[in-house]
Amino acid sequence: MPESQTVREALNKKGAYGKDLDLEHYDVRADETIEVDDLEKSEYRKYMENVGVVANEIERSGTMMFIDNNPSHCSPKIQEGLEVMSVKDAMKKYDGLTDYYWKAVEPTKDKYTAKTYLEDGNGYFVRVKAGYHIKYPLQTCMLMNMNRSIQNVHNIVIVEDNASLEMITGCSTAHADDSLHVGVSEIFIGDNSSLSFSMIHSWGKQTGVRPRTGTIVGKNSNYVNNYVILNPVGSLQSFPAAYLSDGASATYNTMCIAHENSEVDTGGLVYLNGRKSKAEIMSRSISMGGKLTARGRMVGNAPEAKGHLECRSIILKDGGSTMAIPELEAHIADVEMTHEAAVGKIARDQIEYIMSRGLSEDEAVSMIVKGFLSGGSINGLPPELKKELDEAIAAANVGD
Amino acid sequence: MTDMLKITDLHAEAGGREILKGVNLTIREGETCVLFGANGSGKSTLLACIMGYSSITVTKGRIEFKGQDITDLPVDERAKLGIGMMMQRPPNVYGVKLCDLIKASSSDAEKVLADANVFHMDRFLDREINVGFSGGEIKRSELLQLTAQKPEFILLDEPESGVDLESIDLIGRKVHDLLYYNAESNDSRHVSSLVITHTGQIMDYIGAETAYVMKEGRIARSGKPFELLKEIREFGYGE
Repeated sequence: MPESQTVREALNKKGAYGKDLDLEHYDVRADETIEVDDLEKSEYRKYMENVGVVANEIERSGTMMFIDNNPSHCSPKIQEGLEVMSVKDAMKKYDGLTDYYWKAVEPTKDKYTAKTYLEDGNGYFVRVKAGYHIKYPLQTCMLMNMNRSIQNVHNIVIVEDNASLEMITGCSTAHADDSLHVGVSEIFIGDNSSLSFSMIHSWGKQTGVRPRTGTIVGKNSNYVNNYVILNPVGSLQSFPAAYLSDGASATYNTMCIAHENSEVDTGGLVYLNGRKSKAEIMSRSISMGGKLTARGRMVGNAPEAKGHLECRSIILKDGGSTMAIPELEAHIADVEMTHEAAVGKIARDQIEYIMSRGLSEDEAVSMIVKGFLSGGSINGLPPELKKELDEAIAAANVGD
Repeated sequence: MTDMLKITDLHAEAGGREILKGVNLTIREGETCVLFGANGSGKSTLLACIMGYSSITVTKGRIEFKGQDITDLPVDERAKLGIGMMMQRPPNVYGVKLCDLIKASSSDAEKVLADANVFHMDRFLDREINVGFSGGEIKRSELLQLTAQKPEFILLDEPESGVDLESIDLIGRKVHDLLYYNAESNDSRHVSSLVITHTGQIMDYIGAETAYVMKEGRIARSGKPFELLKEIREFGYGE
């Protein structure tokens, strides 16, 4: 663990990407614990369900919810092999979680991780014991309730050897438009295991969002990371990283809309450190006049590693900017990595083809855009989430 | 019979080059017409002009449909008036599933979707339109969409091109159904159409009454479809 002094110095370290957010701006403490016993009767229900977290928990393995910086609800269904609790409780139970705590994300990475480290942020702890396959997705929810505050959460997910889990994690603001969400997530996948981690975000027009995620993927294991943001946000920057062992694979799917005055900078970074490791980074985005950056980066460090990167973006409105930044870096000869990127408007012939069946131009554009988003989604998405996602896309204000 | 389509002195260009150089053509209600012509003579451009695609610019002349001037109407309004088209090489429409377009363009979508197996297209309903489709699959997809749309006037751009011999029969029969669907309700009137063909194979199914030959952006001559086809085979497209 780094010295606190070193981390304190990192409080001045700007993030590598995205607008620099002034931590002093968020001067309200949000330490109150808000208990939510019954999700279905909760006033927060609509915010949860908006981001794929269902209150009735049908076909879910349980729910863990944080409001601001404290746990509000934890209802894991009793299920052999699955443990869900707060990180603080897990540290007490497991002697400080020394093999995991701050082992996949550096506290000194930037000011946001440093702040979370120094504030000793709590978060969810999820563990699937070796040999267990959890049938239904586990859902977690991070809500911000206090304006001009910082939510510093620190989550740890462990899927041990020969095990599998699907997680749906939804993050949103209830009454905290001008707040900052920093979510540090450290994910550890053992050997011959799989984790599908689907994150849906819905924020306010001024909200700052700085997730910091590191995933260590064991031998012959599979990690799928889905990220969806369709609503306006102030400034979001996220560049989750995965570190792959021999025969491991990682897939990042990103689906986002950058509305006017929104800054969305997201993507995926994969280190192909294991022999025959594989990665796929796919991004489909729409610019509605916002500032959009779609990043993808792969680093090939081991023989027979393979990767493909794809960034596609449709620009529907002038006034913003769209950048697709695919990067491939190789340190040995025996790797195979490719990328493709496309940025621009929808081809006129496609719009008119739809119009020739009697649909108006706006209807045609909307149909193509919604199809572009949902068509890009998403291998490995839990089927339980697909329907909700399709509904969110249908409701998204694009082209009509 | 009244005029369904009337084209007067139509000039049009694509990519800055004049392709149509004064087309005059009238198609009556219920009439099926065939359009012959060498590659590059302007046949597809004429059909695209009638449908209203913006890749073609009309520089002079007039297109009337059921007595209404549609020269400047956008594509969707022409479709709503009753014009439908089977393109020879339609674009890939990424993200849009075939079934979703059919649902959005037809009041009778459920029945059409239920009958998709007759077109051998049931496996394609959840696929992105035209993406990875073979030549025959594209034609059958276009026909399924037109069946959903039920136009009164149909433009068919080489319905048999790129199709294997077995599939031609299915496509021919489906084109026939499209043109004569009113026959079932004892209505002698059937839809009008303008059909581009090089081989004439589709003519076995459509009972065309008139044929035209396009040459260098104009209608060069007209006649009985099978007679004209025979002449073209023997003497080429010359006047």
